[in-house]
Amino acid sequence: MRAIRPKIRSHTREHIVTIDTDSAPRIMFSGENLLIEDLPVGTRVIYPNRPMTPVANPKAAIRYALNHPEDSEPLHAMLRPGMKVTIAVDDISMPLPIMRTPDVRQLVLEIVCELLADHGVDDVHIVIALGLHRRMHDWEIKRMVGDKVWDEYWPDRLYNHDGCDPEGMVDLGKTAHGELVEMNRRAAESDLTIYVNLNFVPMNGGNKSMAVGLCGYESLKAHHTPHGIVSSNSIMDPPKSYIAHSFKRQGDVIENALKVFHIETVLNNRAFDGPTAFLTKNEDDFTEADRLKFQAMKWTLDKLPFAARREIFMRIPAAYELIACYAGACDPTHDRSVAKMNEQNCVEVDGPADILLFGVPYISPYNVNSKALNPLLVQVMALGYFYHMYRHQPLLREGGVLIITHPCSDRFDPVHHPSYIEFFNRILTETTDAYTIEKKYQDELAYNPSYIEMYRRGNAYHGSHPCFMWYWGQRGREKTSRVIVVGADNATVPGIMGWETAGSIAEAIAMARGTMGRSAQITMLHHPPYIIGDVM
Amino acid sequence: MHTQPKYKNSAAFYDVDGTLIKINIVHAFAFYASRHASLVVSAKNTVKTALSIPVFWAADKLSRKWFNEIFYRSYEGASEDRLVVLAEELFEDVIRPNIYPRAKDLIEESRRAGVRQVLVSGALDFTMRPLARYLGVDDVIANQLEFVDSYATGKLKKPFVAGATKADIMRAYAKQHAIDLAESWAYTDSFSDYPMLAVVGHPTACNPDLRLRSLARSYDWPVLDLDEAPDRSVARRPQGLAPVRRLRGRPARPE
Repeated sequence: MRAIRPKIRSHTREHIVTIDTDSAPRIMFSGENLLIEDLPVGTRVIYPNRPMTPVANPKAAIRYALNHPEDSEPLHAMLRPGMKVTIAVDDISMPLPIMRTPDVRQLVLEIVCELLADHGVDDVHIVIALGLHRRMHDWEIKRMVGDKVWDEYWPDRLYNHDGCDPEGMVDLGKTAHGELVEMNRRAAESDLTIYVNLNFVPMNGGNKSMAVGLCGYESLKAHHTPHGIVSSNSIMDPPKSYIAHSFKRQGDVIENALKVFHIETVLNNRAFDGPTAFLTKNEDDFTEADRLKFQAMKWTLDKLPFAARREIFMRIPAAYELIACYAGACDPTHDRSVAKMNEQNCVEVDGPADILLFGVPYISPYNVNSKALNPLLVQVMALGYFYHMYRHQPLLREGGVLIITHPCSDRFDPVHHPSYIEFFNRILTETTDAYTIEKKYQDELAYNPSYIEMYRRGNAYHGSHPCFMWYWGQRGREKTSRVIVVGADNATVPGIMGWETAGSIAEAIAMARGTMGRSAQITMLHHPPYIIGDVM
Repeated sequence: MHTQPKYKNSAAFYDVDGTLIKINIVHAFAFYASRHASLVVSAKNTVKTALSIPVFWAADKLSRKWFNEIFYRSYEGASEDRLVVLAEELFEDVIRPNIYPRAKDLIEESRRAGVRQVLVSGALDFTMRPLARYLGVDDVIANQLEFVDSYATGKLKKPFVAGATKADIMRAYAKQHAIDLAESWAYTDSFSDYPMLAVVGHPTACNPDLRLRSLARSYDWPVLDLDEAPDRSVARRPQGLAPVRRLRGRPARPE
């Protein structure tokens, strides 16, 4: 491994670095390990913005939002003694990695619960709005809500949503486009529902909170489709996102039927700090200390088995901080949250790339505290989320080549992802066509009684969930000409995905240049934390 | 929540003892033994059963077939009418209180999906009928005692419903009812019922013993726990984030 040597250099823009003849090699994630790679001269490396300054007093910021909401009366004005209130909370899929305690949701819940109690509202349930995600383990919920809320509400009044409970779900009707809207019964029958959201990406929050967080399978089918994803340009740009429009239609039905008060929190992107802060730094600016820290970490990771490496990363919670809190009516509240998120995460980029390169790290929204990032989730991160991290136009031009780094190990968590195992080994080997899978296999997995039982009372994702994971990469699959994975530890997984393999970045770039030409524009995304490219 | 069945020509085959109910056939025999007309005989029979349990347990571990042969000898001389009548009491007093709470939900969910429900048990058929009625299953496949002049001979009719024979019986059943086994489910708790799981497209281990759990993990079969225990996830806290430590008198510090 060539050592990183610090060098003082000037840049036209802080977060866009162009590789030169004497540039330092770049660090990339590859699952539970790090790679250090020399990139060709002329490669454009995009770094995330610096973390925005957090609010000085998070609790004060939350209280201010509740008392000065968007297009709504203050929360306290909605309360009356004896009313029935449901508080819905975003689940463990955000943020990534999980943040240090106290989780921002704990701060919101403590303030809201105290407010409710002060106004004589005793009939309060807190529902984890997981949609068709897995039930959170009790210790995960406790960590998220804090001891005070846990001690008072668990288990009778603090629990996971169950989208398959025939007694626990109601139909609210259909949208103008014929999309069914299902809802958690407790929320539907409450005088007021308060949604506590943690906005991590622009796709989340807003109408998606209630429409998806408290939904059932039949209403999720309306927008979690290959067509929905392909028609979203991108899923991270709500005005141009087909699925966001569907959320909006369902959200309108919900807002007509229920009274909902939205509380949205926005975090900065301080994913790493302290000993791991160097992971977000420009390698050309590394100090000797940074270099030594990286080498020590790399040496340790190389020596350890997989499980130990995963343990190390799982023990590093993110240092995210609250930068904004908004509350009130759904759309105006979410508009402000999205604007703030974009201010933190959007980076202006001149033109798309012909070849896009990035590492796939160890975490996704769907494998927090799981045993591995399984192959389907590698795909969803590569062709789903990271591919969609743009506004205006894709960062990777149509027909471009995507190069990713990840071992693509054939590892699944049988407790969290049982249906993924069947999907990957039986269905994906029969067909990779998302439209065929939607027609032929999705309901079969969705209504498998074993998977329903594991979703309802175990900790498994809904049987249909792997299908949605596959659809999430559909636009990426259709718009890229090739996907090359570097560092795969087997040939089977990339083969099933339809990906090619390369032994090194250099080899992958040579392969990509064979398609895109020798003068192809190469761009590397230096994440995490994630970056949304404002591609001009 | 779905409004119409999604599966056609599918069946779900359930082992019973240990899978849907917490007890087994020895409990059933103990119930019958304790209700023998003569109290003295009843008491002796109950003690005899209790003392036999280690023998039965050992036999079961070695060979389910051998177990069936020696166990059902204990029924020799029992009246068929009495056994059938007492079966209802057996269900109310012994079986029903020991049905796993999630068992009914699983069967209902499966039925909602349009799947045919079948119990496949090494227990006696007349002891399974009240349970089948309660759970709303479609069919029962179970062992049958041989009766001569309405008295049990202590022998079972062949084939014995156990082990690999369960798989044969399931195949025959599937053929008779136009069931596609590749689209069917099997649920069991015991490694001895591995053949049951091997012949279906959707095998599921339920409250599995150690050997079956290990096998299920090797084959990536779903594992269900139908016991109504509270969230047992504490035992599998993976890649543990350290819990928030609260210092005496001070709020917890962020990690």
